[in-house]
Amino acid sequence: MFKLLKYLRKKDCLFAAISVGFIVLQVWLDLLMPDYTANLTQEIASGAPTLGAVWRNGGFMLLCAFGSVASSMICSFFVAQIATRYATTLRAVMFDKVLSFSDKEINAFTTPSLITRTTNDIIQIRMMIVMGLQVFIKAPILAIWAICKMSVTSVEWTFATAIAVAIIAVMVVLLVILCFPRFRVIQKLTDRLNNVTRENVSGVRVVRAFNAEAYQEQKFEDVNDAIVKNHLFTARTMGLMFPVMTMCMSGLTLAIYWIAAILMNDVPAGAEAPMARVEIFGNAAAFMQYAMQVVMAFMSLIMIFIMLPRCLVSAKRINEVLDTVPAIRDGAGEGVKDPAAAPHKIEFRHVSFSYSGGEENTIRDVSFTVEAGQTVAVIGATGSGKTTLVNLLERSYDATEGAIFVDGVNIRHYRENDLRAKISLAPQKAVLFKGNIRSNITYGEDGEADETRLQTALEVSCAAEFVGSLENGAESAVAQGGTNFSGGQKQRLSIARAVYKNAEIMIFDDTFSALDFKTDMLVRRGIRETYAGATVLIVAQRIGTIMNADKILVLDEGRLVGEGTHKELLESCPIYRSIALSQLGKEEL
Amino acid sequence: MPRMTRPAPNEKADLKSFRKLLRYCGAYLPAILIAIVLAIGGTVCTLIGPEKMKDLTDIIQRGVMTGIDMDAFVEVGIFLAVLYAAGAVLSYGQQFIMATVTQNVSKKLRSHINRKINRLPLNYFDTTTKGDILSRVTNDVDTISQTLSQSTANLVSAIALFIGVLVMMFKTNVVLALVTIGSSVLGFVLMFSVLRVSQKYFNRVQDQIGDINGDIEEVYTNHNIVKAYNGQEGERAKFNILNLKLFDSNWKAQFLSGLMMPIMTFVGHLSYVLIFVIGTVFIVNGNDAVTIGMLISFTMYARLFSQPLSTIGQSMTSIQSASAASRRVFAMLESEEMSDESAKTLVPEQVEGNVTFDHVHFGYLPEKTIIHDFSADLHKGQKVAIVGPTGAGKTTMVNLLMRFYELNGGDIRIDGVSTKEMKRETVHDLFDMILQDTWLFEGTVRENLVYNKQGVTEEQLDTACAAVGLTHFIKCLPQGYDTVLNEGSSLSEGQKQQFTIARAIIKDAPLLILDEATSNIDTRTELVIQEAMDKLTENRTSFVIAHRLSTIRNADVILVMRDGDIVEQGNHEQLMAQNGFYAEIYNSQFEQTSA
Repeated sequence: MFKLLKYLRKKDCLFAAISVGFIVLQVWLDLLMPDYTANLTQEIASGAPTLGAVWRNGGFMLLCAFGSVASSMICSFFVAQIATRYATTLRAVMFDKVLSFSDKEINAFTTPSLITRTTNDIIQIRMMIVMGLQVFIKAPILAIWAICKMSVTSVEWTFATAIAVAIIAVMVVLLVILCFPRFRVIQKLTDRLNNVTRENVSGVRVVRAFNAEAYQEQKFEDVNDAIVKNHLFTARTMGLMFPVMTMCMSGLTLAIYWIAAILMNDVPAGAEAPMARVEIFGNAAAFMQYAMQVVMAFMSLIMIFIMLPRCLVSAKRINEVLDTVPAIRDGAGEGVKDPAAAPHKIEFRHVSFSYSGGEENTIRDVSFTVEAGQTVAVIGATGSGKTTLVNLLERSYDATEGAIFVDGVNIRHYRENDLRAKISLAPQKAVLFKGNIRSNITYGEDGEADETRLQTALEVSCAAEFVGSLENGAESAVAQGGTNFSGGQKQRLSIARAVYKNAEIMIFDDTFSALDFKTDMLVRRGIRETYAGATVLIVAQRIGTIMNADKILVLDEGRLVGEGTHKELLESCPIYRSIALSQLGKEEL
Repeated sequence: MPRMTRPAPNEKADLKSFRKLLRYCGAYLPAILIAIVLAIGGTVCTLIGPEKMKDLTDIIQRGVMTGIDMDAFVEVGIFLAVLYAAGAVLSYGQQFIMATVTQNVSKKLRSHINRKINRLPLNYFDTTTKGDILSRVTNDVDTISQTLSQSTANLVSAIALFIGVLVMMFKTNVVLALVTIGSSVLGFVLMFSVLRVSQKYFNRVQDQIGDINGDIEEVYTNHNIVKAYNGQEGERAKFNILNLKLFDSNWKAQFLSGLMMPIMTFVGHLSYVLIFVIGTVFIVNGNDAVTIGMLISFTMYARLFSQPLSTIGQSMTSIQSASAASRRVFAMLESEEMSDESAKTLVPEQVEGNVTFDHVHFGYLPEKTIIHDFSADLHKGQKVAIVGPTGAGKTTMVNLLMRFYELNGGDIRIDGVSTKEMKRETVHDLFDMILQDTWLFEGTVRENLVYNKQGVTEEQLDTACAAVGLTHFIKCLPQGYDTVLNEGSSLSEGQKQQFTIARAIIKDAPLLILDEATSNIDTRTELVIQEAMDKLTENRTSFVIAHRLSTIRNADVILVMRDGDIVEQGNHEQLMAQNGFYAEIYNSQFEQTSA
């Protein structure tokens, strides 16, 4: 938590100091008011009040109240500024940090977790600062100051207040201890309830095919019963809080009166006695206000301590992200040519890679070269390392052993941006951003879109037809996640983005399998004809997609087990042959 | 923080749904009534409190000169103590009952929704998102239960308290009553004007948080593409704009909401001082009825008076959101169910597996027919391949065969019996179904395999698992067949496929629907799975959504689909000879692309 404080700006620290000043002022004024209550009560209890005295005391009291309100408003202003600006800064710092992460860090944290850390956790911290600055500082000052003032007046009354505070505190702590574990259980059960429902809805066809409705209902009822049992326990237990608290507060008022009555009766008789009694009476009135303020202060402290653990967890989770150093470092950007690699566009030289280090390698000693302008396909089973190969070329990860060269330069020596400018990628799962079709296709480029390039890209990716049929054409809005487009349309737009970039190396990572045979063929033909100079790397599962590549790489469990054209591989590579056989059947081979 | 409420589009209709909710509570109405009586009892205790405090204060005041009459004091004091205790008991009793009622109602609602899920036509799920249904089961029911437990009884007691305080005040002293009401009203006017402004900012904050969270989610999820296209700078700029916008409205909302408490406290002090000043005026003018006790009791009334007003306000907003939630819940509960079929008793005994499509007409929307007049005669044991580009409506065939959707015209007959004359359950029993979206649920391996079939022997399990190549995998599990599968157990897509095929083998129905898509599966598993699929199609009339040329070439009948309709049918040779759409698709994959 404290580690995070370094993101507070100097100005905000000053603001914080100012607000502490105003909190002290506010406490002073709040504790001044009961004095006037005492005076007012005494004035009237004396039996002969004068309007002037009442006005004077009342006026001072209102003045105090007004001062208190004004300072708490000022305080509220500063606190709102500090907390919100802090949250804003922290959010930006987090966002930057996550952008600097490579796949390795993202996968280690998982994306949903990073999202929560940037959103909810920061909101937690912000609320804690708001509460902290106002309550955490104010409550102890108020409590201690009030207790000091009280104990000067009367020990008995202070004692009564202490008992009331103790009862309330013990009750709240007990309730929290009893109920909080249950709350966690309820949270888990709610997740389960959601899961069972989601299961039921997403599997609705299967459930019905097996006539298993009753089975699913029973499962749901089990969770439903459990959740209700826990809810009942917590609701009934927590229900004690408010009635007991009200009773304690009212009881405390009564006790203060009772003690006052006894004290007044203990005053020795005499001429001074009425005056002394009036004073006790007035003090009792003042005391009730002190007591209420002390009880309130303790209650807000308890609330803070209930909130604190959650906030500390959030702070820890944020720190974990901020303390992580990304594994991929920028190269110096000096084009140190490796003479041996120079003639090739891409070269993998004895590359091995494992995701977690130490464990089995995902890529094992893979070497191959690709020449400029070639179309090279990678085929192999899932888990054979095809996508990893792409990730390594793109430098989402660094190879564990060996080296990768692009244009004869080790990719570790490139600046990240320079390397990525040479490569365009259409991933397995098409990604669209909120915006419109144009902004999605020209993604990552500054300035005006090149209309002819855009049109070409749409035509090559077989997207021109459906984009043209949209009312707003390329200006048509894209919803978040591209949910307003079908899977095939998304895939085509993603391909359009990859070709629009017109990079030297185009990678299609299993992009074509979502297209039907014919579109697949048209897109591939379009790419070859339009971007003849580009080096194209296609990862695929369908033999049909890759049969005509200049070179096919066959991967199996991370090893390169075959390299050559379709015809050559049918002869030389048994794995390739078995894949081809299972997809095409004997007749076609 | 003030409660966030979306403006209700139609408030009147909204309250109608709330009344519906109250009717739904029917059986619990007596309990709710008792709770309300208890709540009113608690309110009476609260109201008597200041009255007695007044007596107590006056006893003390009278004792200033001569000493206090302790007997009288103790009598009133004990009465008050008992009163406070009684108030606490009554108010807890009310909460206890309401909590119980609420939880039971929520449970009933949830069960009801869940049962409804199984009675809705499939169309409902194809047109409603999963998230929407889920949020009805959890969020909406939670909103309803919160309102029921907190607002209903509170609203009644708040109204009682409000009226009670008014009566007590006017009974005691009209002028002081007017002063107290006046200052409370002033407080509320102040508060509402702040609230109106802050509500604007709160709504803005809510929207902007939505925007920024959406942006964060998008960028984090698509991190790969952002980096591959060097989009970091652009994303940073976009984020900063959103972040600054959020800052601006967020601190204002925070500041304004921070003003509420101080304003209320100030108004409290104001009415306190006014009561004392006016009271003194009375005393100075020799009005004997006004005593210090009365002034103290009025300061208490002032506090009690502002309390029900804010409770009523809160209850109203919460009832509004509960109405919106009820509307969504009841909309689901009242949507049309599948037709009742309890009268149909026809159960075909020995099913051969001859399937006839007789002039089938179908469309998902009544006005838009997509399958026009489709007829086909399929014989026992034949293999039917369904082919066509993505999105051509291949799953429509599954929907019709399984009677997930009803035909608009024509008939589908199994061994000459119309599926319309059988119960849906009976139709379902005739089919083995393996879909592309593999579906496993949280439960043991055994439960997932046997799924709702009675009397499956261990041997049958072993055979089925062996057939799909799962034996080794299951042996390696800690508890074998009794290992619980959940989100934590990371099964590969291939293993899930193996499970669903084994499940179908165990069910062993005479007809088969099979989606052959085996993407995301490694080559070796793929071969095993394909072998198992091929075995499954033997001796069964099977409908295969085909992805392999070998399947298609060996099929007895190929149905070619395009834009929802079946455009060609026949076997491979016939279709190639027709040189139509099928031939076009088929040839496209062998076309030379490298120029």
